[in-house]
Amino acid sequence: MSSNTSTLENLKSIAKECRIDILNMLEKAASGHPGGSLSAIDIIVALFFSEMKMDPKNPFWEDRDRFILSKGHGVPALYAVLSQKGVIPKEELSTLRQINSRIQGHPDRAMLPFVEASTGSLGQGLSIAQGIAMGLKLQKKEQKVFCLLGDGETQEGQIWETAMSAPKFKLNNLIVFLDNNNGQIDGHVEEVMDLNPIAEKWRAFNWAVQEIDGHNFEEILGALAKAKQEKEKPSFIWAKTVKGKGVSFMENNIGWHGVAPNKEQLEKAINEIRGAKS
Amino acid sequence: MSDKATRDSFGEVIKQLGSEFKNIVVLDADLSVSTKSVTFAKAFPDRFFQMGIAEQNMIGTAAGLSFTGFVPFACSFGAFLAGRYETIRVSVGYSKANVKLVGTHSGLGIGDDGYTQMGLEDLNVLRSIPGMTLLNPADDVTTRAAVRWAATNEGPVYLRLTRQKLPALHKSESDFKVGKGIVLKEGKGLALFGTASTVVECLKASEALQDKTPWVVDFHTIKPIDRELIKRVASNSKVIITVEDHQVIGGLGTAVAEVLAEEGCSSKLIRLGVQDCYGESGDPKALYDKYGFSAKAVVEKANHALKNIL
Ligand SMILES: Cc1ncc(C[n+]2csc(CCOP(=O)(O)OP(=O)(O)O)c2C)c(N)n1
Repeated sequence: MSSNTSTLENLKSIAKECRIDILNMLEKAASGHPGGSLSAIDIIVALFFSEMKMDPKNPFWEDRDRFILSKGHGVPALYAVLSQKGVIPKEELSTLRQINSRIQGHPDRAMLPFVEASTGSLGQGLSIAQGIAMGLKLQKKEQKVFCLLGDGETQEGQIWETAMSAPKFKLNNLIVFLDNNNGQIDGHVEEVMDLNPIAEKWRAFNWAVQEIDGHNFEEILGALAKAKQEKEKPSFIWAKTVKGKGVSFMENNIGWHGVAPNKEQLEKAINEIRGAKS
Repeated sequence: MSDKATRDSFGEVIKQLGSEFKNIVVLDADLSVSTKSVTFAKAFPDRFFQMGIAEQNMIGTAAGLSFTGFVPFACSFGAFLAGRYETIRVSVGYSKANVKLVGTHSGLGIGDDGYTQMGLEDLNVLRSIPGMTLLNPADDVTTRAAVRWAATNEGPVYLRLTRQKLPALHKSESDFKVGKGIVLKEGKGLALFGTASTVVECLKASEALQDKTPWVVDFHTIKPIDRELIKRVASNSKVIITVEDHQVIGGLGTAVAEVLAEEGCSSKLIRLGVQDCYGESGDPKALYDKYGFSAKAVVEKANHALKNIL
């Protein structure tokens, strides 16, 4: 693990700002999904600020790495990152979920650059990521395709079809994160439809599996570095996360899956995020 | 009667039916809180199956349950059920499975979540399945009647429900007869046909159009469509306007167009709804205006059409 301390500190402070942007957006929209946005944000920040080749000024640069947010409802996290990257003007974030806005409730590929797939119907993003990875290989390109899955999302059968096919096509350029926050809508993942044993399943399907803390930047970057060494296998990074991470009253509380904070809760949450030691 | 989302009516009545009929089972795919099947889940945990986010598996399982004599209600957002078209086509339709598909979150009426969560093509794709009854009720009373009908009649049913609240329009459950539109206003010259959330838009429009004496009809059943009623209305109407929170392709407007053409009716038909484009996030009322099927839009279209025809 070669990431130096200043990189890590920098990522932490960007993630803080993103958490605040996410909550501001949701409060303004008065709807949306805080829990899964906050559990995913650290991984997305690490990708966009430390890993992915991209040029904010040139969104359709052919040699960019790709990120597919398969769990589309977590899109406030992606909007926050794209805003920090200068792709989306900060003022525009406040149009989330409003009529005539590009900042749709779920990601719309046709409206915004760096939204590489229109997701929101769970289970579809991984196949798309696979297709992009296959296309890049055919073109003998070196770029990577990163994909973020919700844990509940992996109950969809289509996910397991890709789980089977990506190793067949030797897609070592496909790196998948599982945002394992153990929450979905009707309850905890273990009660709704248990996924365990997670690592064994993906290993049995011939993926290169790693297990990390999805809020620890050192571990995220370490796993990415290792995944890029894979010669044949696609990578599955099993990230243990906390739903609602960073806001004590949201953490591990299923009730915050799809409910926006009100003004008072927003203020409390922001104070907490600002006050937290990084 | 206060306004009520038809999904809430479903939640209440499915629980009642659950105690009346021990062969009713309910399946959901991690949306029981949203579809309201959670009421049944709490009352009859043994007859409720939480399938996780796996709609295709849920629908196939429902078919299997029906083959052992149960009456399964499989619930999710309409968009996600209709998305499993091929499973429905073979495991439910062709198999003549006694499965009741309950699709909530129909149309632009869900608002903020945006296109991926909106059931906008569900009627279109499921209308093509032979033998499937499509119900799209407009209020609490008719939703109750529709659920009861589905529970007690053999054959596959798609029940399309709203997230948003709708006003009470009908007096009693006996007003509802599958395959028969409900005439809310007899008219002459102009006709407004609504279904589910747009019936109230038609009613509001009819007030502004009073001097044009419009018919107002609630087409709660999209399939089988009420052919006789359409013929009767067409016989004295120059203009018929269908209004639906669904693509104009394949829903109420298309069903009415087919009857008008096949019966040789001369009424001009205007189909309001989503005009072969995608929906978006936003306030439901503003979306109905933007996409041109709010009461206001109906009035404008009606006036324009009548002026050009006379
Ligand atoms: C095909 C499909 N079925 C159902 C839904 C409704 N839905 C939205 S979010 C969600 C739960 C997602 O859980 P998970 O993937 O674990 O996401 P997270 O907890 O990270 O937010 C569900 C069921 C959907 N968007 N798509």
